[in-house]
Amino acid sequence: MGFYFAQFLTGLASAASLFLVASGLSIIFGVTRIVNFAHGSFYMLGAYLAYTLVDAWQAGPFGFWGAVIIAAVAVGFIGAAIEFLLLRRIYHAPEMFQLVATFGVVLVIQDLTLMIWGAEDLVGPRAPGLDGAVEIFGELVPEYDLALIVLGPAVLGGLWLLFNRTRWGTLVRAATQDREMVGALGVNQSWLFTGVFFLGSLLAGLGGALQVPREAVSLLMDLNIIAEAFVVVVIGGMGSIPGAFLAAVLLGEMNAFGILIFPQITLVMMFLVMAVVLVVRPWGLLGKAEAAARPPSGAAEPPLRVAGGMMRWLAMGGLAVLLLLPFLTDEFTLVLLIDIMVFALFAASLHFIMGAGGMVSFGHAAYFGLGAYGAALLIKFLSMPMELTLILAPVIAGIGALAFGWFCVRLSGVYLAMLSMAFAQIAWSVVFQWYEVTGGDDGLLGIWPSEWASDKTVFYYLTIAVCGGGIWALRRILFAPFGYTLRAGRDSALRVDAIGIDLRRHQWFSFALAGMFAGIAGTIYVFSKGSVFPDEMSIPRSVDGLIMVLLGGVQTVAGPVVGAASLTLLEDFISRLDYWRMMLGAVVIAIVVAAPQGIAGAFLQLIPARWTGREETA
Amino acid sequence: MITRRGILAGLGLTVAATMWGTAGPSLAADTIKIGEINSYTRLPAFTIPYRNGWQLAVEEINAAGGVLGKPLQIISRDDAGKPGNAVKIAEELVSKDKVVMLAGTFFSHIGLAVTDFAKQRKVMFLASEPLSDAIVWAKGNDYTFRLRPSTSMQATMLAEQAAKLPAKRWATIAPNYKYGQDAVAAFKAALKARKPDVEFVEEQWPALFKIDAGATVRAIAAAKPDAIYNVTFGGDLAKFVREGSLRGLFKGREVVSLLTGEPEYLDPLKKEAPDGWIVTGYPWYAIDTPAHKKFVAAYQAKFDDYPRTGSIVGYNTMLAIAATIRKAGSTDRDKMIAAMKGISFDSPTGNVTFRSVDHQSTMGAYVGRTAVKDGKGVMVDWVYADGANYLPNEAETRKLRPAN
Amino acid sequence: MTNVSNPVLAVRGLSKSFGGVHAVADVNFFLDAGELLALIGPNGAGKTTCFNMLNGQLPPDAGSVKLQGRELVGMTPRQVWRLGVGRTFQITATFASMTVRENVQMALISHHKRIRALWRRTGDHYADEALALLDRVGMAEQAERACGVLAYGDLKRVELAVALANEPQLLLMDEPTAGMAPQERIDLMALTAGIVRERSISVLFTEHDMDVVFAHSDRVMVLNRGELVAEGSPAAVRADPLVQEIYLGAGSTFGSDEQPAATTTADAAAGGTHA
Repeated sequence: MGFYFAQFLTGLASAASLFLVASGLSIIFGVTRIVNFAHGSFYMLGAYLAYTLVDAWQAGPFGFWGAVIIAAVAVGFIGAAIEFLLLRRIYHAPEMFQLVATFGVVLVIQDLTLMIWGAEDLVGPRAPGLDGAVEIFGELVPEYDLALIVLGPAVLGGLWLLFNRTRWGTLVRAATQDREMVGALGVNQSWLFTGVFFLGSLLAGLGGALQVPREAVSLLMDLNIIAEAFVVVVIGGMGSIPGAFLAAVLLGEMNAFGILIFPQITLVMMFLVMAVVLVVRPWGLLGKAEAAARPPSGAAEPPLRVAGGMMRWLAMGGLAVLLLLPFLTDEFTLVLLIDIMVFALFAASLHFIMGAGGMVSFGHAAYFGLGAYGAALLIKFLSMPMELTLILAPVIAGIGALAFGWFCVRLSGVYLAMLSMAFAQIAWSVVFQWYEVTGGDDGLLGIWPSEWASDKTVFYYLTIAVCGGGIWALRRILFAPFGYTLRAGRDSALRVDAIGIDLRRHQWFSFALAGMFAGIAGTIYVFSKGSVFPDEMSIPRSVDGLIMVLLGGVQTVAGPVVGAASLTLLEDFISRLDYWRMMLGAVVIAIVVAAPQGIAGAFLQLIPARWTGREETA
Repeated sequence: MITRRGILAGLGLTVAATMWGTAGPSLAADTIKIGEINSYTRLPAFTIPYRNGWQLAVEEINAAGGVLGKPLQIISRDDAGKPGNAVKIAEELVSKDKVVMLAGTFFSHIGLAVTDFAKQRKVMFLASEPLSDAIVWAKGNDYTFRLRPSTSMQATMLAEQAAKLPAKRWATIAPNYKYGQDAVAAFKAALKARKPDVEFVEEQWPALFKIDAGATVRAIAAAKPDAIYNVTFGGDLAKFVREGSLRGLFKGREVVSLLTGEPEYLDPLKKEAPDGWIVTGYPWYAIDTPAHKKFVAAYQAKFDDYPRTGSIVGYNTMLAIAATIRKAGSTDRDKMIAAMKGISFDSPTGNVTFRSVDHQSTMGAYVGRTAVKDGKGVMVDWVYADGANYLPNEAETRKLRPAN
Repeated sequence: MTNVSNPVLAVRGLSKSFGGVHAVADVNFFLDAGELLALIGPNGAGKTTCFNMLNGQLPPDAGSVKLQGRELVGMTPRQVWRLGVGRTFQITATFASMTVRENVQMALISHHKRIRALWRRTGDHYADEALALLDRVGMAEQAERACGVLAYGDLKRVELAVALANEPQLLLMDEPTAGMAPQERIDLMALTAGIVRERSISVLFTEHDMDVVFAHSDRVMVLNRGELVAEGSPAAVRADPLVQEIYLGAGSTFGSDEQPAATTTADAAAGGTHA
């Protein structure tokens, strides 16, 4: 009995720190609708700052708690500054575009932290006065855990008072419900947003600072917490603080008791919980259905235009250059171009559902990985020739997308995105743990192309044919009724229904189709690398695709290709330098500010209309 | 107000300037080019000391006239912790930079990706840091060699010590990925072989760098083991140690812990470093052979920092490469491979031989107990465990490797 | 009540309540081929609820809706549309990122069950038919403009063309002239009346603008608090003292230019319910 009670307390203590971070994220999302990847970085900064301050002040409880509070406030200011200097410039960009900017911030903060604090993990002192353990029902429980258990609900209560007893809090709540209305009330929306960023970042910083007595402060803290924080926010219901608390407690306890029964489960527990919650409750535990669908912020996407004369010539010219390159350049350029074409097809497949369909996926790598693993397994276990796997592996990916998509298309917005991520993580954990079949994280090796295609030049042409063909096919489908129906559903679900179209079904098929094309990219990828690892279906791979699509321009058909090429080339070049992540982050931020429509979008605005066939009526 | 186009233009210039300025290794005509890949941004705490180590070695080798009269030139690249990147970089190093061989990698899966690449492209590869047994055994190939003592070697060193303890009931805790699984499996097998009456009563598998330490510690305590075998490291280890000591898990229990004596793992814990654990590691402060003292002095002079395990591995990597090229008398791939099989050279940590049967080096590790001295963790009562004694014999090894 | 031997639409005992409030109570009516029937009533009378039950967006608590003898209750809006019932919305619902012509083409493509065509360009599907429909509603010149940039009155015309795409027998038009300038209203209703007469389409529409109602409807029904309280020729309804009282009692006069309240608007836009 005592044992289970103590285990319960342990779960509560974990929940408390998770809640602090998640509540900040939830507040920021609720009001600004920004998917803030940098939230984990704020958490990490809070920990590093607190470590330094505690170290400097050492003595006494005041030193410790003072350090924690000052670190949290400092992080709040950093968050507000980022909102003020960066995000404020891009509120009118297409939906989700801001997440690219926060992605750039993550990269910059990672390297800045490395520069300032060094690579080694830092173990801070324990909290003065709370550095022991007390016996409860015969079990030792750390005092600091008890402090956290009190602190979590205390912060929840404080936030409740703030949101229900102050004018500012009321405005924040109103803005969470309906942003336009607050603007109409004559409230200065910009300062409201800055204030919300301050509070949200402060909470992240506080969460990080409070971890100093519990864990080593390290450079991995940002990425380790961010997915978990999003999961908590989504399970609780976006924008709901009590929901975040409930979700954090649920996850903390599931984990505390789950490892008693099935220790391996920790890898995937939270994603399983999220998938179940979202399937049963599409807006999380305490979330509310999103207000009636509004036209997305910013101007409506312009109609699709068939490429006109000049653009068509440019495309033909580009293809000709690609075809001639093996005669002009060295082998490595081909390797790089193969990578670019693979990612271009991957990004194009994501863009298909994201741009045309308005369905953002945070887990699109699942289908890339299913294609890659499908091909690898077909070769390993059935000794299938490469040619056959090129057809069958994408089908496997498509079937996977068909299965997961059935659930995903029942949701919308960030919930859809997070459910797709949950499925991707579940698939990832299966691949990661099923050593007998997938080789676990040691991956599958020796998946090289058939003899005739093993020459780099031949494989390069094969890639042009398959990936280029895939991109072209996706483009055709976008322009065909299938793609138009998808766009129609994004523009007006009501109208689509009123002209006899089963939108959900169509979105489902589109999801599967996009998964299949991602699978094609994955198949070519595995043959180009010779091996496949769970990394290929992990969150960073999904995020790469997302960044490529958004950076290229979600509202242009060429966007994903441009985005994939830009990001791959940039990373290839910049990663030769020291502190390259900071530079890459800075470049990404600069692009975001300079071209809120994405690179291809900005390009289209610069060139004459007749080039793009805007006059053509074909 | 800065215009958007202005920013873009400025940016383009900066990027272009940086690239012309630094990218592209200088084309010194007569150097021996070695391609080097590691996860410098993903795990800087481990890989930067490693880089320092090989840089020191290269400096010394070149100062002494290089190899075959030519200086070594290392083209070093960051794979950002992604195996796909590592293969792409390997392609570039081989086809564009024309390196004579590849070296490096830290993560086992990246090491394996490059191992397989080496086999496919018939390029020589010295896996310096990855620990996976598969690199030289299950996935071993004729082109790949490995320097650092592998997972099973180090686990066996610990099992040897563990067998001397009275403990019968064992619990294990390891990060939930292949390295953790292998380390537990190897330890169990080695301990059972030496002491058949032990039983393993609890296994915990926290996700890597995401340990829920309080809950995990309690789960282990609930099984009431006599001793614990730990494989967690980095941030997980710090949390595990903290929660474990707070909750009294280590009271009256022996803990045997893989790699925990390495400065990379032990030093961040400072005064909270565990006391009395049996560990493998690298007590650089206490190894008083002249060769090692010279290495430490040179390292401290150059970097104003003390060496970590990665440093000595990086240093020995370049010693091994230089010795190989000298013995081969050429940078021809086949001659280098032939030369490296069975090659012996002296390193600051003693003589190292690359076995010709599986291309594993006999570089060993130091086994001892941890202690806290002057507010930081150290290894005491340590001995050097020569890797040669913890590797299977030739006949057994052949069974572990695919026929080439 | 007009008794017709073979009505296009026959509604019997249609009822719906929300939380105990009768939004629509026992509504019965018929609609003849080629007839323009207006449904009027003060705000909150249940017009939109009634509409949403007719085309399957909202399941009725009781009652039957028969299209040429075929029961529509239980069908989805999609199925109802396939049987030849077109619908326009109080707030226009078009595809903003498509051209006017493409909007109509989408309806045609759906009508011909070609939405999953993967290869041939959308623009090449039923282009002539789309242009003919646009020509009929006076939008041919703007066929290549994006719907996202059109004036509101033009969007209403586009919706009309879209609604005609599946050769409907019945059009349900919820506030077809809401949000338009007075002259535009008259033009649009004249256009609609012309089209439905030439194609002998039946129309049921709700409307606030009594000028529009009395100028173009063949028959008028009055809904008040969910019940049908009057029904007959425009002249008869106009003269009905009960109707006058309802409108006066509701603080409103015939011909007033009142705008629907915000809540009703939002509900209609979402195709939702009166919560």
